[in-house]
Amino acid sequence: MSIQEIENEIVEEFEMFEDWMQKYEYIIELGKSLPLIDAKYKTEDKLIKGCQSQVWLHSELNEGNVLFTADSDAIITKGMVALMIRVLSNHTPDEILNAKLEFVDKIGLTQHLSPTRSNGLVSMIKQMKMDALAYKVKAPNP
Amino acid sequence: MAASTTINKAGTPIADRIENIRADFPILSRKVNGKPLIYFDNGATAQKPQSVIDAVDKCYTSQNANIHRGVHTLSQEITVEYEKARVTVQKHLNARYSHEIIFTKGTTESINLVATSFGKKFISKGDEIIISVMEHHSNILPWQVICEEKGAILKVIPISDSGELLMDEYKKLLSDKTKIVAVTHISNTLGTINPVKEIIELAHAKNIPVLIDGAQAVPHTSVDVQDLDADFYVYSGHKLFGPTGVGVLYGKEKWLNEMPPYQVGGGTIKTVTFEKTVYADLPLKFEAGTPHIAGGVGLAVAIDYVNEIGLDNIAAYEHELLVYATEALQKIEGLKIIGTATKKASVISFVVEGLHPFDIGTILDQLGIAVRTGHHCTQPLMQRYEIKGTVRASFAFYNTKQEVDEFIIGLQRAIKMLK
Repeated sequence: MSIQEIENEIVEEFEMFEDWMQKYEYIIELGKSLPLIDAKYKTEDKLIKGCQSQVWLHSELNEGNVLFTADSDAIITKGMVALMIRVLSNHTPDEILNAKLEFVDKIGLTQHLSPTRSNGLVSMIKQMKMDALAYKVKAPNP
Repeated sequence: MAASTTINKAGTPIADRIENIRADFPILSRKVNGKPLIYFDNGATAQKPQSVIDAVDKCYTSQNANIHRGVHTLSQEITVEYEKARVTVQKHLNARYSHEIIFTKGTTESINLVATSFGKKFISKGDEIIISVMEHHSNILPWQVICEEKGAILKVIPISDSGELLMDEYKKLLSDKTKIVAVTHISNTLGTINPVKEIIELAHAKNIPVLIDGAQAVPHTSVDVQDLDADFYVYSGHKLFGPTGVGVLYGKEKWLNEMPPYQVGGGTIKTVTFEKTVYADLPLKFEAGTPHIAGGVGLAVAIDYVNEIGLDNIAAYEHELLVYATEALQKIEGLKIIGTATKKASVISFVVEGLHPFDIGTILDQLGIAVRTGHHCTQPLMQRYEIKGTVRASFAFYNTKQEVDEFIIGLQRAIKMLK
């Protein structure tokens, strides 16, 4: 599935929720079910510091696709992180760099991406794109 | 002054006129995320009564001119207003002279001013500065900077687990090398009311001046700088129901006269030649540039408002809220209050076992409840308690027990969702 298709799928899923509580309960569930980052990557250099919560992000290249794993100390942030990974992980650097991530707005969670939120999520997306760019530059032309 | 019409009965207990008081604060009637706003983030900034909003509005709509320099009527009128505001601040703190009141941007700038100017003149290599472990970063960083610059040493008063200063340790830290003591009156994170009078007495016994960070104190309690004998007392207007961007530095005349200017420029001088500048007398020596005029005027109106309600009334009412909320919170399983000093202002910090403060704050926000989460700009204090952060509810006199009830219900809901 392309990034856009995954984004659309998430938007459709969220349309089923009747109120904010269901939405947040779902995000909390996602947070709880996010596959754990390998403990050896939970290090200072993988840490993206927000004022409020912290995110650890690790990426690696696998057959031309970037794989992301991540963790956060706050469960709602972790749920948002899980959504981002579902959208961006296992895609080519170019796809990741071109991702618009409009689904966040469409599912009514834009406030989590506002700079005042300081939850590390904005910095995480930036880091994901930076990693993608690094792989793109490093990779030999296909 | 556009005085409120609803609060001219200083003797009446707040509970008996809470609806009238709440009506003075227009923001309290708005909704957040579809729910009536419950504002429990007063420690970060307090809401503004209509009289303050009107006063600021009036400054720009009919009084705007620059102060201290025009011969024209508008300039003279607004200069009078601004200087009247200074006198209001002076009386509020019971300072001896109005020129001991310096208007600044806020607490942060006031402390930076003292650390820089006092430090420049009085601090040298090997000297010591005493602060406490519960200080806000604003009362740590400026001293850290001057220590680095001068090769001085920062000494830190430790606290007990309940969040009270260890006074015996403080006494041990006071020495011939100590050049200044800077401590908070009330902790923004713990709510602890520190024994500032005793702190000052002990320092003065060794001829050491003391700066008191009053940012969290002035909204809750009356302050008499002469009775305290504080050398410097600082606070922010916006936490005292006034505008943002204006604050106060009270300094004893003798210190302010000896200290060099902090910033220089327009307004701070008597005469300027390229060879030599003669600085203005107090307070203008420390007020470079055009100040936040409407802010100063608005702050005075905020002080009038608080005085009309009565600081004793406020302290009594807020204490009741504090006790009520504390008892309710203590019943929640896994919840731990951080800061259990005997003397506390209406600030409650807490953690819930296994939950991140950010998550709790996010769910409460969905319910229209504004609390602060995180380290509250007191990271060394968080390190002292070995926690990442807390959820903090801080009350003002316009909050109610019903709001506390709603908050407790919301908190239980958040915990259930997150567990």
